[in-house]
Amino acid sequence: MTDLPVAVTSVIGISQYLQIATFDVENSYAYNTLAATENANPLFWDDAVAQELTSGRILPPTTLSLWMRPHYWEPGAEGEQVALQVHFDLKKIFELPEAVMTDNTIIFYEPVRAGDRISNSQVLKSVSGPKTTKLGSGRFWVIDVEFKNQHGALVGIESYTGFGYRRDQEGAAS
Amino acid sequence: MTAEARLLLGQVAVGQSLPELAIDVTPTTVVLGALASRDWRPMHHDYKFATERNGVADIFLNTPNQAAWFERYVTDWAGPRARLGRMKFRMKTSVFPGHRMVFTAIVTAVSTDSAGCGWVSIDVALSVGAAEADPSTYVVASTCEVRLALPDSPTDNPWSRSGEQWIP
Repeated sequence: MTDLPVAVTSVIGISQYLQIATFDVENSYAYNTLAATENANPLFWDDAVAQELTSGRILPPTTLSLWMRPHYWEPGAEGEQVALQVHFDLKKIFELPEAVMTDNTIIFYEPVRAGDRISNSQVLKSVSGPKTTKLGSGRFWVIDVEFKNQHGALVGIESYTGFGYRRDQEGAAS
Repeated sequence: MTAEARLLLGQVAVGQSLPELAIDVTPTTVVLGALASRDWRPMHHDYKFATERNGVADIFLNTPNQAAWFERYVTDWAGPRARLGRMKFRMKTSVFPGHRMVFTAIVTAVSTDSAGCGWVSIDVALSVGAAEADPSTYVVASTCEVRLALPDSPTDNPWSRSGEQWIP
């Protein structure tokens, strides 16, 4: 027996929201990330090092999810643009206005390079029963995201555990 | 700068500690990290949203930026030939401006896989507390299990592995 609605059980294990990035991978974002974390790894700063180890510049592996994040605004877009649509679908289905990510696993495959065009798809793996934590009452869910480059090569898999919740003390909303 | 191996697999042993890294977190740390990772959600740059809507103490470090900090920490130690295979992290509490982040880690396994690639497993802890507070009072905000490929000789290059030769 499950207390999950059909809208949820019908998509568990199903690949959804196949998306292709709207922009190419670019080195400027590598510099932003490297600067934000004061990362001096010469693999990302020195062409000679990059040529020797990776046959040219690659992007820091942990920038993986960055390439599929939508622009904050673009012509024709309405409302807030979100990267992990399944997560927001679940918030809506369960009427849980708040959410946090609690666990994140990233597996790295082929390096990402400037000029790549990344695509991804999302798979809802599981949804828990009702839970109460110090944040509030809600549910945990696990979503896998598979990333490929324009050649179809797997570049990484991310697995997120999210907790959608409603604050217990007052009517907060987002 | 050089691509020489900073650390070889044979130089690492289970129980070995990584050097500690301490970073004082400012609002700029949080906002810069969020924008660098194209994370526009307001709890990472809007104090009123974070405190009044999310009910937390301040804006806080976002998930992809935490991953980038873990990457920086382990590759600072291992050098440019080290290649990340896998990271699994759990966020227990948020990292806010005014915190001092302290990264510590210990090697939990050293192995070679069926393709001949050398690996170390590392448990990293990200602890936080007020910058002026006694570090013994800091709490673990996040933990991260890292699987990191290391060269087994000065000429070995884990980055050259692909397909069936790369088993992260």
